[in-house]
Amino acid sequence: MKTVRAFLVGVAVIGLALLLVGLRVNPYAYFAGYVVLQYVIIATAWNVLGGYAGYVNFGTPAFFALGAYTAIFLIEAFGAPLPVLILAGGLVAGLLGLGIGYLTLRLKGVFFSIATFALSVVLQTLIINWDYVGGAKGYTLIRPPAPFFGSWAILLFMVMVGLAVVTVLVARSVERSWIGRGLAALRDNEEAAECMGVPTLRLKLFATTLSGFFLGVAGAPFPYYVTYVEPSSAFDLNYAVNALAMPMIGGTTTWMGPVIGAVLLGTAQQVATVTISSELNLLIVGVVLVLFVVLAPEGIVGLVRRLRRR
Amino acid sequence: MFSWDLLANAIVAGILLGGFYAAVSLGVSLTFGLLDVVNIAHPAFVILGAYVAYTMNSSFGLDPILTGVLFTPLFYAVGAGVYRIYYSSFERRGEESLRGLVFFFGLLFIIEVALSLKYGVDYRMVEAAYIGKSIDLGGVGIAFRLLVPCAVGLAMTLALYLFLSRTFYGRAVMGVSQDQVALRLMGANPVRIKTIAFGIGIAAASLSGALLITISPVVPSTDRDYIGRVFAITVLGGLGSIGGTLVASIILGVAESLMATLFGPSWSLAVSFGILLLALAVRPAGLFGR
Amino acid sequence: MNTLRIGRLVVGALVCVVVGAVVLAGAGVFVARAADPIKIGLGMALTGGLSANGKPALMAMQIWKDDVNKKGGLLGRPVELIAYDDQTNAATVPGIYTKLLEVDKVHFVVSGYGTNLIAPLMPIAMERKLTIMGILGLANNEKYKYPNYFQIQPSGPDPEANWATGFFELAARQNPKPQTIALVGADAEYPRHAIAGARELVKKFGFKNVYDKSYPPSTVDYTPIARAIKAVNPDIVFVASYPPDSVGMVRAAAEVGLQPKIFGGGMVGLQFTTVMTSLGPMLNGIVNYDFWAPEKTMMFPGIQEFFTEYQKRAKEAGVDTLGYYLPPYAYSAIQILGLAIEGSKSLDQQKVADYIRSNEFSTIVGKVRFGANGEWAKSRVLQVQYQGVKGTDVEQFRGPGKKVVLYPDEFKSGNIIYPYSAAQK
Repeated sequence: MKTVRAFLVGVAVIGLALLLVGLRVNPYAYFAGYVVLQYVIIATAWNVLGGYAGYVNFGTPAFFALGAYTAIFLIEAFGAPLPVLILAGGLVAGLLGLGIGYLTLRLKGVFFSIATFALSVVLQTLIINWDYVGGAKGYTLIRPPAPFFGSWAILLFMVMVGLAVVTVLVARSVERSWIGRGLAALRDNEEAAECMGVPTLRLKLFATTLSGFFLGVAGAPFPYYVTYVEPSSAFDLNYAVNALAMPMIGGTTTWMGPVIGAVLLGTAQQVATVTISSELNLLIVGVVLVLFVVLAPEGIVGLVRRLRRR
Repeated sequence: MFSWDLLANAIVAGILLGGFYAAVSLGVSLTFGLLDVVNIAHPAFVILGAYVAYTMNSSFGLDPILTGVLFTPLFYAVGAGVYRIYYSSFERRGEESLRGLVFFFGLLFIIEVALSLKYGVDYRMVEAAYIGKSIDLGGVGIAFRLLVPCAVGLAMTLALYLFLSRTFYGRAVMGVSQDQVALRLMGANPVRIKTIAFGIGIAAASLSGALLITISPVVPSTDRDYIGRVFAITVLGGLGSIGGTLVASIILGVAESLMATLFGPSWSLAVSFGILLLALAVRPAGLFGR
Repeated sequence: MNTLRIGRLVVGALVCVVVGAVVLAGAGVFVARAADPIKIGLGMALTGGLSANGKPALMAMQIWKDDVNKKGGLLGRPVELIAYDDQTNAATVPGIYTKLLEVDKVHFVVSGYGTNLIAPLMPIAMERKLTIMGILGLANNEKYKYPNYFQIQPSGPDPEANWATGFFELAARQNPKPQTIALVGADAEYPRHAIAGARELVKKFGFKNVYDKSYPPSTVDYTPIARAIKAVNPDIVFVASYPPDSVGMVRAAAEVGLQPKIFGGGMVGLQFTTVMTSLGPMLNGIVNYDFWAPEKTMMFPGIQEFFTEYQKRAKEAGVDTLGYYLPPYAYSAIQILGLAIEGSKSLDQQKVADYIRSNEFSTIVGKVRFGANGEWAKSRVLQVQYQGVKGTDVEQFRGPGKKVVLYPDEFKSGNIIYPYSAAQK
């Protein structure tokens, strides 16, 4: 798909969403849709670092929650509007990505992964003790009336549609650019890439920063969605697992994989929340993840490719 | 509030805790330090061992540590099996960095969720003759429920050290970590050696789980507290050094204990991770690393 | 066919199943249907950190539903209870309640369990002007002051302070009056509220605060904390903790020999059957908050029948076997809702809310009347003391005598053993 066409597809998706809103579908769809779209962003963002570069981030909750808490801080301090929150949330999380990358990316990849996990814990402790943003007691947001679309549910849903489209387009353009090729080279064999003159460290730092940025962007509208933010649900382990599982299941080498994974797994989880026991639902996510990793490492995208080749 | 008494107690408690942390980290020191397998699911096996000890204790009244020892062969077999899957799916194809990591993470998740499905999220504890008692040595109280796991932890460390340095298979494991090709030339099959080592690592995990539940109640999500601790200790101690693991465990135990006693416990967990990040940034080879 | 291909087929089949489930769910295939019932919906912590109490709470409400349906339902119609698992995760609440209201079309909603799970429900309730029965949350309505919210937790007006008032009052009544106090609590929402309230009470009762620290809930070893407290030798130790830390603190205190004159206060978890049976005699002497105890003074009409039925179901379901903490309150919360629907003869949210606000109800936890902000008009947080606990058998806790009610005076069933060390013998 050429870039212009991709851009038009993105616009078409937004248009479709507006159509849905106009048709006044059941409001529940906006809530479920918000969560699924949130995961599209998270999965795509994770994949920029995990799939393209091969560095596994276990600390997705840290970046996501940082986006949410940056938003809370700005709401409390300046009463900032949503677009500012989103941008700021992304920038702060991006900076965190840069920082953690700088600290650990010169070492083996596994240290980066462990460091990201440690990051989640440390950040959570910091937030728990920071009363300005609510700390352990949690932060309650009293929403003013929604400025557009008449209800926050619809507005947030549309915001998410827009953000998801932007994220996927950015990921796609990175994938096709020299950056994406460089990342693929260092994913396959970092030493060889270095020898060929690929600026591996800078590319890695770019990937962590971009990945962190979009994770923060996914988290910034969160306070408006739940209206009550407390550390244990903002830092929930589910974000970490899903951020891994969705690209893995969908396919990590291309932007389509995380989208497929997020839509499939996210929708399935939303359905499961209101049907079967959700403990079983979590177990199924884990089992499916392991099955895919062992048996179908290229994910659904890979399976489809194989089918097409026959 | 400063008093030598308090300080002494904190340090002793920290050392005892460190002995226990060593038990938990031994497996990772083996599998990650020597075999270069990032088994991030290690703490899940620890918790699994803890629950096995709990089940035996509540149904048959068996002493938890006895249970831990008795079940080591079973966990050894499980570990060997897990490694085989890991090897054939990832290591053989050279894809271990991303996929192997995700595999173990998925395994961690499955074990944790399966445990909470079976046992619920109530805290589980064990009863044993020595829990709740303590002795007093010159103003410093030593709780048996810390002392016994510490002693077992030290014994495990010693046993592993002797295994690695004195036995054929142990030395083969050291060999595998250094040069696999040379090992093949010497007539040992690296895959078999690694399977054995991984099995030992998981067996150690399950025994340390029995120790864990002796010290404090457990819940399926307790494993997450240990992911960071275990890797922090292994990195700080130096990859490939059993002695380093012990030293690092004690350092972490004392640091956490001092933090809790003198400055208030809020930050002790974060401090452990701070040590990890600092070690990675300053001296990634650790204290005794190769 | 080699293993890998089989594997890939399995994966492909899984994908088809998932997609199929999604399509079918969208078509409403999985939603149960019943004939013209009154539907009450809720999200409840069936998994996650609070599920140990969440599951019994839901069970209690299901017992109420069966009781009510046996007597002919409400307003002549059967009652249906629709519950989803909120996973103890606040982020699921908006979606769950929107589904309940928009897809399942419930007539009334009840909250989930716990301050954190009630909080995200408040804006939804306020936007749609719903009547909310709150199931055990601390001070959820302080910020909003929404008139149609009612909380079944007996904290009373000024919930933060009332939590510990009884404990402090008991301490202050002793002769000679204790002087120094240590405050310790977990880094989590409830303990922070409780400690904040306690600090106010320290000033009010004129005690001297000699230790005031918090700890992360994932602490493994509580002995350093117990030692640090022992080092300052306080007369009173007030602990605000959740179940795992409550257990840790009690054990550490026993091990270290921490013996203030009065110990306890705000420890969640000591009320759970599994905790009581595992701590056993270590509980003796602890003065702690509670909502109900099997003492003569607390035997309200209907409560014994409730426990008979609950304990029968609990045994099969593998949840808290005695159920003396949350279940009766969950039952009476929904019982009040039902009584209000019958009493106002309507399903209108505002009429029902007005009825609840202006009436006193006779429930299985006694007479309930709501006051400002939907809290109980008068606080009824009990302070109990564990006395004479021997061994770890559960049967000793079934009847009266082991958990004596000390406060408030109208429910007092025994005398305090003071100081704490005297009860340990």
